[in-house]
Amino acid sequence: MIADILVLACLSIGILFNTLGIVGLLRFPDVYTRMHATTKMTTFGSMFTALAVIIFGGAQFISTGDSQYVTLSTHTIIAALALAFTNAVGSHAIARGAHRSGLKPAPAVVDRLEEWAP
Amino acid sequence: MIPFLLTFLLALLLYLLLTAGSGNLLLWSPQELVAGVVLSLLAAAVAKNFLCRSHNFRMANPLRLILIPLYLLGPFLLEVTLANLDVAYRVITGKIRPGIIRVQSGLKTDLGIFMLANSITLTPGTITVDIDEESHDLYVHNINVPAGWEAETGVIDRELFSLADIPAWIRRIAE
Repeated sequence: MIADILVLACLSIGILFNTLGIVGLLRFPDVYTRMHATTKMTTFGSMFTALAVIIFGGAQFISTGDSQYVTLSTHTIIAALALAFTNAVGSHAIARGAHRSGLKPAPAVVDRLEEWAP
Repeated sequence: MIPFLLTFLLALLLYLLLTAGSGNLLLWSPQELVAGVVLSLLAAAVAKNFLCRSHNFRMANPLRLILIPLYLLGPFLLEVTLANLDVAYRVITGKIRPGIIRVQSGLKTDLGIFMLANSITLTPGTITVDIDEESHDLYVHNINVPAGWEAETGVIDRELFSLADIPAWIRRIAE
């Protein structure tokens, strides 16, 4: 019962943050600010949906004792960790690639990278 | 020999995690255990020179390994949650002041700078765009540059985070 409420709460939070990420993609002006919304907020939302799966697996294992739910939970934990790592490295690569190919941050109060010649 | 053993243990641990719940010998079936040992030996023979390239074994210290999950679940999760709420507020209101600033890290090892760059990137509102490999300074795109920072040539890394002292944690883990 408590597990059901927790799962529903985690799913709601996850979907809320994913939705806000998409709204940010439509609202923000240039590639860097859009990446703030899409890459980070959607990861946070997906973490919460993964947490819902982990809680569901744990609760099912406690009530039924079936070990397949342990497999479900551990695999989801590994997937969430892999998502966090690939997200960080990937968004860094996209931002660096965008700046190297000459795409400057369009509204920007300061651009220190522009002044630095590698 | 030590790189081989470390790679073997890491591969075996990952295999055991992936196959947990397959049988009733603790959580694993005997076949899975044998297959895991054989595959981990193979993987360690192939990959031993990749994992321990610097031949510096400070990360095999159990204390540092225990600190990693504590760091991820404690101060890091707190910072990510706060920053997510901040960016959600900016998505709704549209109040942004973007810019790329230079951040002085003061970290010396490659692993330390990797962890700091990834922590900054995973915290919403900040993306690491480039790294100065000589001075280990970071170029960080910030969605809301606080007033006065655009004039500074180098911001201290601690000031990027609001509550927890992330750089001190990374220094404790990786250096």
